[in-house]
Amino acid sequence: MQWVELIVFSLLFLLVTVLGFVASRWRAAASLDHLDEWGLGGRKFGSWITWFLIGGDLYTAYTFVAVPALLFGAGAMGFFALPYTIIAYPLVFLPVLRMWSVSRARGYVTPADFVRGRYGSSLLALLVAITGIVATMPYIALQLVGLEAVLRSMGFNGAGFLGHLPLLIAFVILALYTYQSGLRAPALIAFVKDILIYVVILVAVIYLPAKLGGWGSIFDAAGEKFAETPSPADGVLLGPTNQLQYATLAFGSALALFLYPHSVTGILASRGRDVLKRNMSALPAYSFLLGMLALLGFAAIAAGTTPIVNNATGRPDSNTIIPELFNTEFPSWFAGIAFAAIGIGALVPAAIMSIAAANLWTRNVYKEYVHRDATPAQEAKQAKLASLVVKFGAVAFIVFIDPQYAIDLQLIGGVIILQTLPAVAIALYTRWLHRWALVAGWVVGLGWGMILLYDIPNPASGRAHFGGSALALDKLNLFGWQPFAGSQVQIYVGFVALVANLLVAVVVTLVIRRTKVSNGVDATVDADYHVDEHDKELRAIGS
Amino acid sequence: MTSDKSGSRVTGLVFNPWNLLLLLPFIALFTPLYNQTEPELIGLPFFYWFQFVIILLGVLSTLLVYRMTRSARTVPPPDDGPDVDELDEGSVR
Repeated sequence: MQWVELIVFSLLFLLVTVLGFVASRWRAAASLDHLDEWGLGGRKFGSWITWFLIGGDLYTAYTFVAVPALLFGAGAMGFFALPYTIIAYPLVFLPVLRMWSVSRARGYVTPADFVRGRYGSSLLALLVAITGIVATMPYIALQLVGLEAVLRSMGFNGAGFLGHLPLLIAFVILALYTYQSGLRAPALIAFVKDILIYVVILVAVIYLPAKLGGWGSIFDAAGEKFAETPSPADGVLLGPTNQLQYATLAFGSALALFLYPHSVTGILASRGRDVLKRNMSALPAYSFLLGMLALLGFAAIAAGTTPIVNNATGRPDSNTIIPELFNTEFPSWFAGIAFAAIGIGALVPAAIMSIAAANLWTRNVYKEYVHRDATPAQEAKQAKLASLVVKFGAVAFIVFIDPQYAIDLQLIGGVIILQTLPAVAIALYTRWLHRWALVAGWVVGLGWGMILLYDIPNPASGRAHFGGSALALDKLNLFGWQPFAGSQVQIYVGFVALVANLLVAVVVTLVIRRTKVSNGVDATVDADYHVDEHDKELRAIGS
Repeated sequence: MTSDKSGSRVTGLVFNPWNLLLLLPFIALFTPLYNQTEPELIGLPFFYWFQFVIILLGVLSTLLVYRMTRSARTVPPPDDGPDVDELDEGSVR
């Protein structure tokens, strides 16, 4: 047991716990018994809070341990996270504003609410909601993987139930204050999390190269490591077969980023359009941070860091690379701060994700199918309970099932959330795509994406299925026709599935428009997509 | 092939040329442009430091679009009398 690290970690954890409970009274409305309040923090966060909240939401603990681990293991390919987060903001700059406005005007809380209003289709809304929940659940479980990597580095590396006990305690506390304070809790905690992360990474990128002989020798060490492996796919530069994968994975991930329900929650919680516009320029500061952190994966190679063996699974856990790097290269108290930064970094997104999933459940399943006449207070109560279920579902996942499944499912999650793009993002601009065509496209994109993922092996880990998201073009098979037979160039599965989804949606729309099948009633009007915070006659919050 | 809502005439989709700046950061997707070691910067291969530079490009492009489109409202302020929906397109300046 590493006592200094543990004490520093516990003190900071205690601080955010207090903040989490105090948050319920922070800028509070008269009552929290409304989803606008519990689920969206009153829809009044300004630029700074939004920056910390969305930053804490998108750049998760799992990102912070997995991206450097990817560079440690495979080299340049892992750096895709940078172009991904570079293009994400210019990409969503305009659509996000429309999403905010229409949701503010109509009182939408989830992306599925918008689809419901836009197409008058509870089925399409249900599909979007279920896709969102299914994609979010393993993402929450992965936050636990990040938290557990830190706990195991501090010495809590037991087997069986005892090994998971610290994790369980941390999550019970998180569940309690999220239940009480709603989105205000992660918003307040995000300040602590992000400040800690900035301090830790800035110190590390200055201190570590100085200690390890400069970036030049760090990259030399990484180059030597990758030269010794037989795999042609790794290296400090991209190879001939993985450049397309690098670009399509970055592009597909960027398209998917703001389709995730927890991202939409962060967006809708902001006060107005100017807040969002300013944040699109300010959020890349986190990308800068992520890029520097990613390079620490190479620093870990130069420092000779080895991953610790997870006593619960018996395998070396590559996600412990960054915690171990801090463990071995820094004084104990600083390692403790770094661990706290990652650990608290797991709590913020886990809270927001569980709130987003709970909102989806409440608005698009419970209110739509179970209790149509639910009052706002009953909705809030239902969402609070759902957030508990979601969190303990994620804990059960990690404790009782191999965490590897969480990683596989998150991979699938990225591919399937992308399939809601036509129904959510394109619908922000046009209703040209027919609602039944959107359903058809969703079915094809989702089904084909899953089949393609299932067929991808991973030679490195000896797995036959769900071995990654990189598809060799050679394997692309359309009813026996292989357009790129023999090509080993790789492409991101999600991108392929999305193209199929869009093609089907367009073709079915063209066909269906020749019939008299209704395209539903649009509850929104064009002006809804432009409302802003100071407009008169704006719907009152919490009504 | 028109939408079902023939009553409303406000399209709201006003194209602003400044928005094209948002396409600039997408050069980050053209890997052949930067998949090389030289020139290095403080020991970092070009591949890595160049992508850090594109972050700044992303910041600048979104910042410029924000500044340059701030005054241009796509819908008239809904202050005087009739609902925006009832405004005839011709009366919108």
